[in-house]
Amino acid sequence: MSLAIQLVGITKRYPGVIANDRINLDVREGEIHAVVGENGAGKSTLMKILYGMIPPDEGEIRIRGEATTMSSARDAIGAGIGMVHQHFMLAEQMTVLENVILGAEPRQGLRIDFGEARRRIVEISGEGALDADQMVEELSVGEKQRVEIAKVLFRGAQILILDEPTAVLVPQEVEELFVSLRELRERGVTIIFISHKLDEVLEIADSITVIRAGRTVATADPRRISTRELAELMVGAELPTAETRLSTVTDQVLLEAEGIGTLSEDGDRWVIEDIRLRIHRGQVLGIAGVEGNGQRELVDILMGLRPADSGRVLLGGKDITDMSTLRRREAGIGLIPADRHGRGLLLGSPLWENAMLGHQSQPPFSRGWLVDRIGARRRTENVVEHFDVRTPGVEVKIHALSGGNQQKLLVGKEMLATPQVLLASHPTRGIDVGAQAAVWESIRTARAEGLGVLLISADLDELIGLSDTLMVILRGRLVATLDPGHITPAELGSYMTGASQ
Amino acid sequence: MRANRRLVYAVVSSGLAIVFALLVSAVILAVSGNNPFEAYGQMFEYGVRVDSLASAVNRAVPLYFSAMAVALGFKMGLFNIGVEGQYRIAVLIAAAVGAAIALPGPLHVLAIILTAMAVGAAWSGFAGYLKVKRGVHEVISTIMLNYVATGMGAFLLANWLRQENPPGDLVIKTPEIPESGRLPSLNQVLEWVGLDPGRVNLYGMAVLAVVAGFGFHVLINHTRFGFELRASGASAGAARTAGIDPGRMVVLTMVISGAIAGLVGMAHLLGFFHRYTIDFPTMLGFTGIAVALLGRNHPAGMAAGALLFGWFDRATQILDLRGIPKEIVFILQGVILLSVVVAYAVVEVRIRAAESRAVTGALRPGAEEES
Repeated sequence: MSLAIQLVGITKRYPGVIANDRINLDVREGEIHAVVGENGAGKSTLMKILYGMIPPDEGEIRIRGEATTMSSARDAIGAGIGMVHQHFMLAEQMTVLENVILGAEPRQGLRIDFGEARRRIVEISGEGALDADQMVEELSVGEKQRVEIAKVLFRGAQILILDEPTAVLVPQEVEELFVSLRELRERGVTIIFISHKLDEVLEIADSITVIRAGRTVATADPRRISTRELAELMVGAELPTAETRLSTVTDQVLLEAEGIGTLSEDGDRWVIEDIRLRIHRGQVLGIAGVEGNGQRELVDILMGLRPADSGRVLLGGKDITDMSTLRRREAGIGLIPADRHGRGLLLGSPLWENAMLGHQSQPPFSRGWLVDRIGARRRTENVVEHFDVRTPGVEVKIHALSGGNQQKLLVGKEMLATPQVLLASHPTRGIDVGAQAAVWESIRTARAEGLGVLLISADLDELIGLSDTLMVILRGRLVATLDPGHITPAELGSYMTGASQ
Repeated sequence: MRANRRLVYAVVSSGLAIVFALLVSAVILAVSGNNPFEAYGQMFEYGVRVDSLASAVNRAVPLYFSAMAVALGFKMGLFNIGVEGQYRIAVLIAAAVGAAIALPGPLHVLAIILTAMAVGAAWSGFAGYLKVKRGVHEVISTIMLNYVATGMGAFLLANWLRQENPPGDLVIKTPEIPESGRLPSLNQVLEWVGLDPGRVNLYGMAVLAVVAGFGFHVLINHTRFGFELRASGASAGAARTAGIDPGRMVVLTMVISGAIAGLVGMAHLLGFFHRYTIDFPTMLGFTGIAVALLGRNHPAGMAAGALLFGWFDRATQILDLRGIPKEIVFILQGVILLSVVVAYAVVEVRIRAAESRAVTGALRPGAEEES
């Protein structure tokens, strides 16, 4: 089979660091080719080079055998390469149709030929796969991703780059994505699939290239390699696991939800209803559920970010239902928000100000009305050191750090504030295996010292491995309480979708 | 080191923008049949005289307060377009109160200043209240409140606050503030260092402006309020999640911004007019928006911007006398502002990229390269 893409000796240097060091990559026409590696291994740089966003210092890009130089994403699209980014770039207030054709509108004279556009969207994504007239803001994450893919195909891409496409999806959506990727392959589309989730890679890929520290370390055949072997190639060391078996659960209740619920904006429907849960000292209570089943509302009510329309929240037996978010934080409730960029960080601010966020009323970050800049910096330096945040210093603006390192800071600052209760939403989302292990370890240590944790995660292995008790949330209600010691991810998955009750 | 680089970028880009604006204005002067070199030469010659420099400072002081009032809002993404109305209603009421009360020297001045701050704060705080409680966007409410302030000011002055003029005096004005309620000029200080500003009186409020500039810096960078303000501006979602009450921040910020706006008219009131009259300077609130943009909401940058605008304002007076349209200064200000805004936008992108590269470079090879 002929090669769709061949990268030969691609090198990219930044001052003091080689991001890509003589990388070679052969992608055959019509295959799904996975590129795997840890955060910071050089995958993103490589893909930006392939997509024309940054020029390589050395090396050659051959597309269907022809040496090509690209200086912008426009060139890449012209060469038939399309990219679906991890963060979607969609206009929320426009319809699916408008989003897909935006910037590449088929015309008929001066008018946009909507009929033609509609016909081609159906042709690209299949009958009934997308409702062309739906508003994008109403779509689920998986559907938005399908719109992104349709956008790229609409522009005539024959080679598709998917940057960590499953990071934002729940297991069922991942399956749907894989089905449509296989369909695309049948139609001759070449797909480059970037990921560090190895099970998925083994399931979907026809061949695999492993990148470590900026170099291609191996190419592998997914039929002949195990997850563990692949992980060792990727990390260059052995994999840790999320297991916590020694129970530290006490009978002292820290945080309790007594039948809390909240109504939808128009007030005619419960978004979450009659939630009853207790987080004990030394307990990790895992909440499993498909995203959008009320997890966010649950955390928001516990944190005081959304009023409870029914029920009470108790902290150490004291009613805190009407307490402000700041008071709750001061009382010892920590929060790792699910939406890192929207709710967790000030991207244009230095690390130490980000570490301060949420703790600005307490030492060492402030004294009375004044910010303690020295204390704040020192604490941030501690976070950086303990959680291995890769940064030259705490004055650096946090946008300059990779997503994984941003997450490590976010987790670390909450842990070092020694909360009584931690509400952790997707604490290890987007970070690599090494850092993931460090986060798990810190949660385990704090749990042994009496921390109570509410853990929300889409990573089922993480949920099962870390939790002392598992509860399943479905359509705003807690529908099952499970023992993580006796359940498999597959069983848990069927509870999450309501298949078994 | 990083902060220094930002400073260098800011200074260089503003400097280039000003040079660019001077070139554009030169073209306009030439097209309109004037010799640009001659015009600029005259402006410069006249502008560097001691009395001109003192006058430039006098003109800069109100603009500086105005810019700080606007900048405080900008820091949290609030657009207080109502500084104009806030300072005008504040100075009118402060003038009336100042003339009506009798207090010993410093206390009298203090009472006038506090009255102005309170009125400005109330006027602006109302817009904050409307935003929080009724969801009215502050741009709409502050613009509308400008009209209300103008109309209400005219009504109050004409009906209740004016002095009974002797026959023949047709200027509507409040009664004069007695000597104890005036701020002495700083000319004495200038004379000690051997400078003679001639007939110009350097306003005493200049001292308060410098103090307020430091105060602004401390408030923004060293207090919890300042941090919460900047956090709210940078990400409303993150701020709320961190326990910062957005409604409280909006009202507090509008109140403080209005209080600073109340100081805008004080330099002219306490140092020159000693009363409110219908020819009291207007537009200071709007020009303050321009100065805040020019100075990037930074206390030192805004001081430089205010002095620049003040100086152009003074220096172009000479053009009028020589028959060159002094409207050129408005064109100049407009072009400076436009080019500075464009330059900043370009520079900001570069700085961000440079920061990412610097981080990558500082880390060990192979450790991390994603941005």
